[in-house]
Amino acid sequence: MTVDEAALQERARAFLAGNDPEGMEPLDFLRARFDAGLAWVHFPVGLGGLGAPRELQSVVEKELAGTPQTEIGKLTIGLGMAAPTILIFGTDEQKQRFLRPLWTGEEVWCQLFSEPGAGSDLATLATRAVRDGDEWVVDGQKVWTSGAHHSRWAILVARTDPDVPKHRGLTYFVCDMTAPGVEVRPLRQITGEAEFNEVFLTGVRLPDALRLGEVGDGWRVAQTTLMNERVAIGGAPVRRGGGVIGLVADTWRQRPEARTHDLHQRLLRLWVETEVTRLAGVRLRQQLAVGAPGPEGSGMKLAFARLNQALTSLDVEMRREEGLTYDDWTFRRSDSVDFFGRDPGYRYLRAKGNSIEGGTSEILRNIIAERVLGLPSEPRVDKNVPWKDLPR
Amino acid sequence: MTLLYSEVEEELRAAVRDLLADRLPPAAVLARAESVSPYDADLWKALARDIGAAGLLIPEELGGADATAREAAVVLEELGRAVTPVPFLTSAVLATRVLLDAGTGAARELLTALASGETTAALAVSFATSPYAPGGGSGGVTAEGGTLTGRVTSVAGADAADVLVVPASGALYAVDAAAATVETVVSLDVTRPISTVTFAGAEARQISADLAPLRAALEFGAGLLASEQLGVAEWCLTTTVAYVKERHQFARPVGSFQALKHRMADLWLEIVQARAAARNAADALASGVEAATAVAVAQAWCGAVAVHAAEECVQLHGGIGMTWEHPVHLYLKRAKADEIALGTPGDHRDALASLADIPGPPPTAGPA
Repeated sequence: MTVDEAALQERARAFLAGNDPEGMEPLDFLRARFDAGLAWVHFPVGLGGLGAPRELQSVVEKELAGTPQTEIGKLTIGLGMAAPTILIFGTDEQKQRFLRPLWTGEEVWCQLFSEPGAGSDLATLATRAVRDGDEWVVDGQKVWTSGAHHSRWAILVARTDPDVPKHRGLTYFVCDMTAPGVEVRPLRQITGEAEFNEVFLTGVRLPDALRLGEVGDGWRVAQTTLMNERVAIGGAPVRRGGGVIGLVADTWRQRPEARTHDLHQRLLRLWVETEVTRLAGVRLRQQLAVGAPGPEGSGMKLAFARLNQALTSLDVEMRREEGLTYDDWTFRRSDSVDFFGRDPGYRYLRAKGNSIEGGTSEILRNIIAERVLGLPSEPRVDKNVPWKDLPR
Repeated sequence: MTLLYSEVEEELRAAVRDLLADRLPPAAVLARAESVSPYDADLWKALARDIGAAGLLIPEELGGADATAREAAVVLEELGRAVTPVPFLTSAVLATRVLLDAGTGAARELLTALASGETTAALAVSFATSPYAPGGGSGGVTAEGGTLTGRVTSVAGADAADVLVVPASGALYAVDAAAATVETVVSLDVTRPISTVTFAGAEARQISADLAPLRAALEFGAGLLASEQLGVAEWCLTTTVAYVKERHQFARPVGSFQALKHRMADLWLEIVQARAAARNAADALASGVEAATAVAVAQAWCGAVAVHAAEECVQLHGGIGMTWEHPVHLYLKRAKADEIALGTPGDHRDALASLADIPGPPPTAGPA
């Protein structure tokens, strides 16, 4: 089946004609939308899609504007990372079981990758999964887990073989967050709130049916997840002059008394950098439409982190006295990042995380240098050493 | 809008690249730069004849290829990548665009001659003229009774031109180069030198009664210059990456040091952004939709990227990068001159203040 713009439009309209959102529960509407292949059109038929080109998604979004939508903030990990990984490495049963409630938002997902001792060097992670018949027993500690407290499932990378070099002894699992032995504790960050968690795994038993990919192939599976994460973080489409620059420019326009020549020059430079980054994102998505995310996505994330930090910093400075205040330091849980609903001080502090989360900017530069430009890696002391013999 | 390259554009690129690799390797460019005129007339003829570069933007009925800014941009990328000393930008883009907009009989006649590549033209304004102050670069040439008198400095491409397109007394004129005095000055950019052009009662024919085509051509040229800058930057990055993979110090390729890798990754990202900006400008100039902003953005970004790339190329080549023998200096000189050409990045940012509605502070004072 080839699906073009007109066919999609027709299909979306026919779907709306048969499923009046006024007359049904939002969840039922979303389930029906998934079953009609109008969830993510580039996914295969039967899994919420139509096998259509990715860029045609906007046609559906336009037709279904104003209908019940998923709570996108909570679903970032599921939609951006778990789903593409399940699609590539999952068994048919896993795809059937997980993708629909993931997309409708019935089941929220989180990511159990980073550990206190394994950040940039993720492959050195120490959480163990030991086989016990048809089950795996998982012990370890994960960190920086956003949304763990309301997640049903997690994508998990654990060490299944400590006797081989670090990249080779990993296996990728879906972790049941309701299983006994999973403990979630909030982790307070510099903004005052707890957006992330520490997750302690103690004797957690996972059936082998929750394994994603082959035993020992976890690193390769995780690469797919991470590439998609960087596209998800760095690749959000915006209109010209929208997003953070729009917010700062609006303040600038409303406050002629705050304008100085120095701020003006810096703001214009950042406006230009935002625009060329937006255009690079447009170009990247045009390339994605004909293939899979490549390492170029790392570049977008690098650019967005820099820009967000520079712009939010300028925003605080521009406000002078008002910049000396902060909206709320209360220790509380937050379900998603409310970048635009909070004060400039919060944005400034939260943006600091942009160059750390999802691959630090330093690691991204390494990735660009090695995978895009083909430059040699630094001499490695951990390459052919069994994981258990590495110093730590 | 697509920021990708079409199949036709890729074919055009390959044809230009093959021709340049065959006819003018970097060492030959260097040798030419030291001769009286760096312009390679034979190569220009080949580009005109075999690829139709001279008449790329000229309509078919006048003997041209009827292509758009998108294709011209691809040619400029390749010419930038090879710092090719041919008058494509000055004749086939800037002068041609003025004549196309002028649209008079005299202009069309001249376009027919340009399309074949037999005749070459140059726009007699300072190469530093910004599209936002087009009157600033034409010097003090006056027209009286069908003749021109006056002097224009820093004209690019005049030394290769048979015909000069001259703004004078609020109108545009064509003058045979033989009727003017063209003195090439010692130029920063040795592969595109500038000249002082003097008219002393030179016979001229009017091609436009006003200067409107001039402003449009400067904007058009500025937008396409971004693609030349992209080509320069790409050569510099590719050459640097190849060198640091080979060059060993401390018993390792220097390209394995993180300090260098991170600099090259940052440069790569700047070039990714430059490519998107340059393609966007070319696409906007081809379609005529929101071209002013697209051009200003591309020029505000790409000029500095080309300079940065050339500077990194010199630095990361170490001592070799400082030698006359290595071609990187040709790129550094081109990049720095291009940064000034057709408006500095600052001029284009200033233009964006109004285009993007980011107004400056009141003229008198900042906050009390």
